[in-house]
This record gives sequence, C-alpha cells and structure tokens, in this order.
Amino acid sequence: MKPVLESIEKKFEMFQILNEEGKVVNEEAMPDLSDEELKELMTRMVYTRVLDQRSIALNRQGRLGFYAPTAGQEASQLGSQFALEKEDFILPGYRDIPQLIWHGLPLYQAFLFSRGHYHGNQMPEGVRALSPQIIIGAQYVQAAGVALGMKLRGKKTVAVTYTGDGGTSQGDFYEGLNFAGAYQAPAIFIVQNNFFAISVPVEKQTAAKTLAQKAVAAGMEGYQVDGMDVLAVYAATKHAREKAINGGGPTLIETICYRYGPHTMAGDDPTRYRTEDLDSEWEKKDPLIRFRKFLESKNLWSEEEENKVIEQAREDIRAAIKQADEYPKQKVTDLINNMFEDLPYNLQEQLEEYQAKESK
Amino acid sequence: MAQMTMIQAITDAMRIELARDENVLIFGEDVGQNGGVFRATEGLQKEFGEERVFDTPLAESGIGGLAIGLALEGFRPVPEIQFFGFVYEVMDSISGQMSRLRYRSGNTEHAPITIRSPFGGGVATPELHADSLEGLIAQQPGIKVVIPSTPYDAKGLLISAIRDNDPVLFLEHMKLYRSFREEVPEGEYTIEIGKADVKREGKDVTLIAYGAMVHTCLKAAEELEKKNIDAEVIDLRTISPLDIETIIASVEKTNHAVVVQEAQRQAGVAANVVAEIQERAILHLEAPVLRVTAPDTVYPFAEAESVWLPNHEDVIQKVEQVLNF
Repeated sequence: MKPVLESIEKKFEMFQILNEEGKVVNEEAMPDLSDEELKELMTRMVYTRVLDQRSIALNRQGRLGFYAPTAGQEASQLGSQFALEKEDFILPGYRDIPQLIWHGLPLYQAFLFSRGHYHGNQMPEGVRALSPQIIIGAQYVQAAGVALGMKLRGKKTVAVTYTGDGGTSQGDFYEGLNFAGAYQAPAIFIVQNNFFAISVPVEKQTAAKTLAQKAVAAGMEGYQVDGMDVLAVYAATKHAREKAINGGGPTLIETICYRYGPHTMAGDDPTRYRTEDLDSEWEKKDPLIRFRKFLESKNLWSEEEENKVIEQAREDIRAAIKQADEYPKQKVTDLINNMFEDLPYNLQEQLEEYQAKESK
Repeated sequence: MAQMTMIQAITDAMRIELARDENVLIFGEDVGQNGGVFRATEGLQKEFGEERVFDTPLAESGIGGLAIGLALEGFRPVPEIQFFGFVYEVMDSISGQMSRLRYRSGNTEHAPITIRSPFGGGVATPELHADSLEGLIAQQPGIKVVIPSTPYDAKGLLISAIRDNDPVLFLEHMKLYRSFREEVPEGEYTIEIGKADVKREGKDVTLIAYGAMVHTCLKAAEELEKKNIDAEVIDLRTISPLDIETIIASVEKTNHAVVVQEAQRQAGVAANVVAEIQERAILHLEAPVLRVTAPDTVYPFAEAESVWLPNHEDVIQKVEQVLNF
C-alpha cells in the first residue's frame, strides 16, 4: 500500500495575501477591491473591535446577557461576509454576531438576542439569515438544505455557514459537508479555527493536520486560509462563491485565527488552558494591525479616520442599547403565540391563563 | 372509490400533493428509484422527476437538516425516516431545530415539514425498527404527531399534514400497511389534525387507542359485545395535540375508560390521556382509568414480541376490572 495521508496533508498550505507586517506576499491573489472597499473593510474591523470591547463591558455591568467575544476573529468573520451578496443566506454560530450585523441585523436587535429577547432573532424583511445556532454543527446540515433549495430554484446565491474547530468533531459537520457535496449544492462551510474548543486544543480534537483536508472526504475543495488576513479570507470566500454560483459545488474554508477573550462571558477562564506567551504570539498577528499597516502604506488610513470610526461605533452602541432598553418586554403570551400557526387546545388554555397573569 | 391498502393510500396522498404544489419535495433513503423499502414512494420519482423525489445519503440527521434548510428556501419537505427506531440519529433536527424554528425566529420563519416514518411491532424486524417512540416527540412542543389506523384516515391526514405550515410527524404502523383494504375516495380530501374519530359507538366503557391498537380495541369490543358489554372505541389519530373534547364527551357518557398503547407504560401518551381525563371529568368516573401497555423493557427481540405486545385479551381484562370496580 502506498501511503497517501502525508502527501494529501502537504498540499494544504495556508493561503495568505498580507503578512504580519502588512506586506503583500501574494500579489497575484490580490482581490479586485477599490480603495473605498478596502477602507470599508478596515472600518468594519475597527467598529467590530469596539463593539466587542463594549459588549464585554456591558456584560460585566449586567446590561447584556449571553455573549461570545469576537476579538481576534474579525478578519475571518468580516472578510468572509464582505464577499457575500445581500441575497446569500448566513447560518451563523453563536460567535458570529458581527456577520449578522453587517448582513443587516440592527445592532439593538443583536443586543436583544444577547439579553434573551425573541426580537433579537427576528431577521428584518430581506435579511437572509438565521439567528445564531447554539447546537454545535446543527447549522451545517441546514446549510446543505438551504443550498440545495437555492440550486433547485435556479438562484445565483450561496448558503454560508460558520462553526469553529470544535465543530469539526461533530457528526453534523460531516453530514452537512457530505450532503452538500453529493448534491453539488452552492454552500460555503467556514471553520474559524481558533485552536480551542472552549478549552480542548485542536490537536486533541483530531489527528488531522489541517481542518481544511476534511473537505477531501466529501469530494469538495478545502482551503486553509490565514484568518488574521482579511484580504485572504475575502479572496478565498469570493472564489468559493463564484465557483458555487456557477455550478462548481461547495467549499470548506478553514481560517486560522485566535480568540483573545474567553469562550463566552459566562465564567470561562482562558488562563486555565492557554499561556500568556501564546496569547502575545497571536496578538502580533492581529488582523487590525496588519491591515492598518497595509492601508497606511497606500495612504488610505490615518489615526484620525480610525478615531472617527471608534467614536461612531461608541455612539451607535449607546443609541442601540437605549433602543434595546426601550423595546417592549417580551411576554409569555408572545411566546405562546409563536409556537404554531394555529394554537392547539392546550396552548389556547395556557394563553388564557397567562393573559390573566399578565394583566394583573 | 377504490379499495386501497394503507400504503397505497399514503402513496396516493403524496402523489396528489406533489401534483398540487410544486414546493412539495419527497426525499429520504431509497425513496427514489427504489420507491422506498415499503414501496410508499413507488413510481413517484418517475412521475415527478429527480428534483422533486430523490434519494439522500444514508444519514438521518442530515435528512432532518436538509428538510429545515429546504423549508427556509420556501419548500414543503416530506422527508422519510426509513424506520422510526432511527429517530435517535435525528433527534436534534426534529426536537432541537424544526420544532423550535417558528418560536426561535419570533414567527418570522416556519417549518412546513412532514416527517413520514414506519414504526410498530408484530412484523419481526431486527432491533430498533419496531419501537413505539412517538412519546418522545409528543413531549416536544412545536410539532404535531399523527398516527393513522386506516387507509382512509391515512390519506386524509397525510394531505392535511403536508399542507400544515408547522412540522408534523406522521407515523405509519408497519403492521397496518397491507393488513386490510378499504374504500378510499379518489382525489383529494383532508382530515383535520387534532381530531379523534369514534371508530365504534358504545355506552358502557370508552377504549382510547391509536395506531394498531385501535384494531386490538375493536376486536376486544366485539368479544365484549358477546358479554353484553357495549364498548366505545376512540381512535386518537393525533396524539399531539389530543382531541380532549371527543375524549371527555365519551367518558362523560360511559363513565369508564381504558387507555391502550403499544408503547411501554412509563411516561407514555396513555398516562397523559389518563391525566387529562381525571383533571377534567373525575366526577363522571365510576372507576379509575386503567392502562393497557407493553412492559417497561426495551422493545423485545423478535421471537418474544407476540407475547410482549398488548393484545385484545389484555384489553378485555382491564375493561372487566374497570366495570367491576
């Protein structure tokens, strides 16, 4: 028998356009983005970093609920979303709030999701996305279905779904990839590999050298991309999207990134499983630092501009929190009414019971 | 009118809905060219094409997720789970996902999915094919559970299920697939989900059952008639939600009830029916409401199933106990 694993694994090299110093190392892969679009990418990353810092602070003050920090993953999250069109469908995991916001979910609704108000899950008309999935991997099998639906309808759109490195251990991950591959459905499966499934390191999750190679078993392309390089993530996603809408089938994209913060704000302590050295090693690869250097070298970005974005983000967050505070509280009767199109007898009885309670 | 078996009535319902609504899609393991392991989808792929009736890879969770994704694209999926004993592989897609979609999305999305699946004992299957696992899903808010006992009901209920804008689990008892034929109208008709049917009128005792146990109760009622006991037999047809009105009206008339299920006793559908009766009609009762069920073991290996499954003699014994209380 000829050994094949090593030869396959060697082929998965990390795709990068900007190195840590913000220098272009892969000129021919440079995406065709205007100066305005490049600045927009930076704006979104800066804005999202501020949103993350404020969300953590608001959580600690008890003004937000469930929150999974995003700092370190901005390039993976925003670079991929930037490659999508409005009609594309996003099936996010619970850390993927930034993609939802830039796809059209108003900020105050993202805050309501965090607080556990159903209005946070109500996508506005025309925003094609689900609210964040809590069960790891469940969105992967659903993405295959959305993508098959798009194919059957003859649409030129894609379904994009996100999970983390831990998600690639789940059965639904493989089922989702396999279904999409079998139907050649226009899906893009993005794995944000931040190296820790809460606390368990990726090398304890799998013997595979890369997560991208898991695509091979499903008969699709898999790319490993520098997830701290927003241009690389954008270019890879754009390529996968073009391929998918032209009948080329699904793609798996592994983005190599890091989450600086805890898994969620509910008591996770990363010092139990990560060293400070590792943290600072990754901070040097920061997506904002390298993209800022790149833009500055092209005279497209200044401290002044960055401060304007930071100020705008803070102002928007203040306004959105106020809007969330003012939004009507949810009632059990609202929830009962959201169970079925027509209420069966038991819920009808319970509706009356809770109407009486709520009118007291 | 044509004479049809239950499986023919089920195929007929799917054919009607495929023709009526282009959003209806049928998929599952072996449902395409092969027509399903029970031939429920016989001829449908040929008639409607591979985009409407198609095979899936062999993975139940994937089938459930596929159904949800297709629903999000505006389709009306009718997936088949080849045997309901395989439901454990798709529990998250059913209970964690599709049943919660309308609620989770604040009524902005919905899942008009009908999951069809064969179940039920008495046909000597290998393990994890015959189990009565309907109670698992009946406990899940957000999904309806329909179990027909006749070809006529199967067709009308399946058409209603497919047209329903919320998820429906449609369980088909394997023993009833070809056990008898009856008159089934050609063309479309619907039977309301959540409505029971009085399969036999009587005045002395109410027997409440669903699936194959309806026929066990009807057989018991015939025997009881010889003893001058006039049993009413209610076929629940839908176990979630229950048709409380029909159940209570009958109990108020007969003052005695026995609830019969093929499933094990613990935490079952029958227990729920008993609880509803005692909460709503205790002053009409002349005796405790008793249950006939299988014992609380896992479903037996095939050679023991004829003893394990409840039969009409078990029903008669409980009826006599209730009447002689």
